[in-house]
Parts: sequence; C-alpha cells; structure tokens
Amino acid sequence: MSGLLIDVEKCIGCARCVRACGNAGIEVEGPWGARKARATDGCILCGACVDACPVDALSIERGGTSGPQDLDEYRDYWVFAQVDEAGRPLDVALELVGKARSLADGRGCRVVALLAEGAPGTGAADLESALPPRESVDGPSGNAALLISVGADEVIRCRDARFSTFDAEVHAEWICSLVRERRPEALLYGATVFGRELAPAVAVRLQTGLTADCTMLEVDPETGLLQQTRPAFGGNLMATIVCPAHRPQMATVRPGVFAAPEPDGARVGTVSDVPLDDRLAPRVRLLGVERSSAADSITDADVLVVVGRGIGSKKNLGIARDLADALGGKLGCTRPIVEAGWCDPWRQVGQTGVSVAPRLLISLGVSGAIQHLAGMSGAQAVIAVNEDPDAPIFASAQYKVVGDCVKVAEELLARL
Amino acid sequence: MNIVVCVKAVLGSTEVKMDPKTHTIIRDGGEAVINPFDAVALEVALRIKDERRSAGEACTVTVLSMGIPVTEKLLRDCIARGADAGLLLSDRAFAGADTLATTYALSCGIARLGVPDLVLCGKMAVDGDTAQIGPELAGALGIPCAVGVTGLPAVTDGTVTVRRESDAGVATVDVPLPAVLTVAKDVAELRMASIAGILAAEDAEISVLSAEAAGADAARIGLAGSPTQVVRSFVPEGDARGVEITGDAAAQAEQVVEVMRGMAL
Repeated sequence: MSGLLIDVEKCIGCARCVRACGNAGIEVEGPWGARKARATDGCILCGACVDACPVDALSIERGGTSGPQDLDEYRDYWVFAQVDEAGRPLDVALELVGKARSLADGRGCRVVALLAEGAPGTGAADLESALPPRESVDGPSGNAALLISVGADEVIRCRDARFSTFDAEVHAEWICSLVRERRPEALLYGATVFGRELAPAVAVRLQTGLTADCTMLEVDPETGLLQQTRPAFGGNLMATIVCPAHRPQMATVRPGVFAAPEPDGARVGTVSDVPLDDRLAPRVRLLGVERSSAADSITDADVLVVVGRGIGSKKNLGIARDLADALGGKLGCTRPIVEAGWCDPWRQVGQTGVSVAPRLLISLGVSGAIQHLAGMSGAQAVIAVNEDPDAPIFASAQYKVVGDCVKVAEELLARL
Repeated sequence: MNIVVCVKAVLGSTEVKMDPKTHTIIRDGGEAVINPFDAVALEVALRIKDERRSAGEACTVTVLSMGIPVTEKLLRDCIARGADAGLLLSDRAFAGADTLATTYALSCGIARLGVPDLVLCGKMAVDGDTAQIGPELAGALGIPCAVGVTGLPAVTDGTVTVRRESDAGVATVDVPLPAVLTVAKDVAELRMASIAGILAAEDAEISVLSAEAAGADAARIGLAGSPTQVVRSFVPEGDARGVEITGDAAAQAEQVVEVMRGMAL
C-alpha cells in the first residue's frame, strides 16, 4: 500500500502544505499549539506538500511495484529511428542515436537503431525497387549506414509496405515483438507527432513506463537507471523521472534538444533484417495527406524571433520579420498577437500553440505567461527583450535585455 | 451509439504560480476546471450526438474521470452542457498514478460502462502535458486510435473519418469503430449549459466507484501501479542567473550581436 506519511513528531502545524496543495488533499487540525497535518480524500500523492514542508515531516511511501524480476537480463540502448515521407531518417533520430551512444558507453552496452522502412507515397508493390539497396560493396548502405555512422552498433531493419501509412499499431506490434525477444534496457523515440503516438502504444503493450518530452537524459552512476528530466508546470520546474522496476525504460525527446553527431564513415556496425508478422494489418486507412509546406511551420526553425504584445503595434511586426529573415530564422508570436489578428495561428508558441526547440530564440516584448513558457522550454538559448525588468520571461532567458524591444530590434537589424 | 469522453480536472492554469523562495507551486484558491482539451472533446461528442439523434439514432455521451471526490461537480457540469451520464473513479488507492496506472483505471471504468463505439479524449492535459492517455487507452482496449484530431469527425456505418495532425501535415484517415480519438484544440468550443441541462444535472446521478467497485487490480493502480517515479524536482539552472545586457539600445544590440556570433549560427 502506498500513501502520504505524516510524521506528527516533526509536524509544526505551519500549514504550508495546505497552501501548496491544489486539491484540498491535506489539512491542518487540532487544538492550538498541537495542530497537525492530516491527509484527506483529495490527496492525489502529487508530492507538492512534501516539497513545501520546512521540517521534512511529510514523505510518500511507495508500495512494491511489480515488474520483471530479471532486470539484469535487459541490455542495450535502443532508438526508434523514424523516417520521413521520403524515407530518410529524421534529424531527431540521428540526435537520439548520438545521445544513446554516450549513455550506452556509460553502461558498457550497445546501441541498436530500429528502422522500419515502408514505401511512403509511392504505394510501390515492389518495395526493394523503391528503396536504396540494402548493401553496397563497402557493407551496409542507405539509412542503415547513416545510423551506424552516427553511433549505432546494430540496425534492426524491417522493410514492409505495411509501414508506409505510419499506422502506430503496426509499428508498435513490431517493436514489442523485438523487445520481448531481445530485451533492451532503454528505448528512445523522437517526440514527433508519430513518436508521441507510437511510444505510448508500445508502453501500454509492454506495461512499462514512459516519460514524455525529456530535455535531459543521464545514467545514474550508482543504480545504472536512466534519469529522464522533463519540464513540468510550464518549464518553471524540472522533474527527474526514473523507471526502476520495469523494462525497457522509455522516453520521448523533442527534436533539437541534443546535437546530432558528425557522421563517421569509418564506424562499423551490423544490420539485421527481420520480417514483419504476417498477421499484422493496419486498421487505420490513410486517405490522404495535405502537406503543410515547411514554410508554414515554426517547429523546426533553428532561429526564432518571437513577438509579444510589447511590440506595441502591427507595423512593428515588419521589423521583427526582417530580423528573423536576417538571421535565417522564422517569426513566432504569443497568443494575444494571434488573437489581435496580427499573425496566423501557426506562428503561436505555447501550450495552445506549438512547442519549439530552436538553437536561438529572440523574444521581443513577450511578458512570459506560463502557457507561453511551456511552448518554448525546448529552446537552447533565449535572448529576451522587454521593458519591464520584472517580466517573467527573464526567468527563462539566458540573456536579459531590459529596454524598448522595437528600438533594440532596429539596432540589431542595422548590425546584421 | 455510445460515446465515452474522458475528462480530467486541472487547476485553472492561470492560477499556477511559483513561490520565488521555496520554488514550490502555489495553488492557493485554484479552482479546478475541465482540462480545456477535454472540454473540446466533450463538445465533439455532443455534436456527434446531435447529428445521430437528428438522424433518428440513439446516442449517449458518458463522461468518465478519475479524480478526487469534488470532481463530481465537474462531471455534473458536463451533464448540464449536454452529456447524459457521468462516472467518477475516486479512491485514495488511485492517487499518485502515472499514465500507465491512469490508463488502467480508466479502462476499468470503461469496462463498467459496456462497450463504447467511440472514446474521446483531449489530446493532452494542460498540467501533465504528456499526451499519452489516449494512445495508451487505445492499446489497453485493443482498438485503433487517431491522435490530434483537427476537425469534426464524420461517422458513417462503423467507421469514423477524421482529419488529424501528422508529421507531414494534416492527414485524413478512416478509423474503424470502436476507436479512440484524441482531440486538438480549436476543433470546437464547448457549449454553455442550457437551463434544461442545469435542471437535468441537478437530478442526475453520477456514479462514483471505488477501486474495488470498479474491479481494479490494486497492484495496477495509483502509485503502486505506476512504473515511473519522480525522484527529484528542481528549478532549472541558470534561469535566475541570466546575463544582463545593459546600456542604451545601440549598446545592447552591439552586445547581442556578440552573443550571437559566439553561437556560430
């Protein structure tokens, strides 16, 4: 049995826990001088009160979780290497293979990339003619060679037309059968639209844990567990999550969080071709895709200039756009700018807009509402310009520029 | 047609503030609301119900939640807005659930409701932001799933046709029923409660089930049934120590250019 433990010897009845709780899950009662905390039916064991307690009187006890008992038999770091519509691995797949390489080196184990190759778009009956040759005289070729060159020791490749429509169930069943057979200790996915659909589908089938949108992955030197850190509460807080008793440990990671390694053609690896179970059939039928042009998306921008209400008027948008162009980047905005009709909704960064992970984000006249901060928590560097020195945006910025954002933008533009 | 809508009570997100000294979340006075994405899912369900009923077909919408006892009020509000029934899974034993344990609890609730034709969820919750419950639930129920539905679904004999987000753009797919759909924002806005709805909600019986009554295996729910554990939470480093760039606009721009040069963009 699990539960919130309250050490009444330590509790001083200060009621900080009561204020920290969002669910009226804890109350303080008793006569003056002897007031003590008590959990109520509203407690969801979120731990907010534990963090708030100044005297460490609160703790959460976990019951034993049931998982496989033979955890040591699970070895190797796996990466699901998603391919795009043209059949090439996404950048995030290469980034994750690179990250898995360093994690696996720390564990003394191998990196395995999973490569599901269909015939996207072509509907070709003859898959082999639509895809690059499996091997060249130098060894593995095509996507497998690329994955090896960035750090994979083995590529498990499956070529099957049933992968062509990106049906998450088909991919999930394939991955689950491989996991059951070969037992990896960890499995990483890009937090793409497809990755965020596939990873939970695998997690529930294998009854294991999954951490979404990690921004940091480390191996705990003592336990060997994968420490998965992700933003919580709009990036104001980071939470480190582990999956101690279930395997594989699984995480999704947003594109751009880790750097892709330089391909090293001298790296050696093997390719295992595996078949897809005959009984599997996609249940979701793809009727068509309206391709959004890359021009209408800010999610993969390397540099992003984001404007907020502080830019004052619509005519100042031009300066921000010019700045974005000069930096080879794109223009994003906050929700009020979309609501004012100054920008299209696809440019909105935030919880109800899109999440971005640029290398550089220049924020102009953005106050920093928590919902906006949630969408920009993946940015590697943030330069914020705002007139108000107390604007919350500055807490998420590595470089703080207190001043008139339009003037600073103009001066910047003049120097580029 | 039976539609189940999974809803989560979240704190009105504007209420979430950080205590600058203790770095804990202050949730004082935060009134719980339906997760905005789930509110859209409910409206989508109600639109399908309106359509089915005007075609002379029976259709019911049941709202399902796992939550603390006061969540019953939110389910009642869903009924005032047009849902037919509510089921609340509420038990201290459900507390501390991660997405896998939550999925299992919800699947137990769905089992109590009979076989649904359609399960609708918000694409994600604004507090957890994992977007995992929908696809995990589909896996638990063994039915297909479409995530990030961006337009009103069209239901025709045993199939639902939806437009959904995909990495390449917006995909149109046919999904055989029963199915799970997760709904993106902006598909529809949840309607207001009608007077008749409010009256109906007052008398409506919301079933509240304990873990045992829901037939849930105690080892698979709550903290005990959650494979993942939060071991540490902390304020991101460097945030409070950002470099301040001072001077007039020209001097500031000069320094920003230097910073950008250092990044080798």
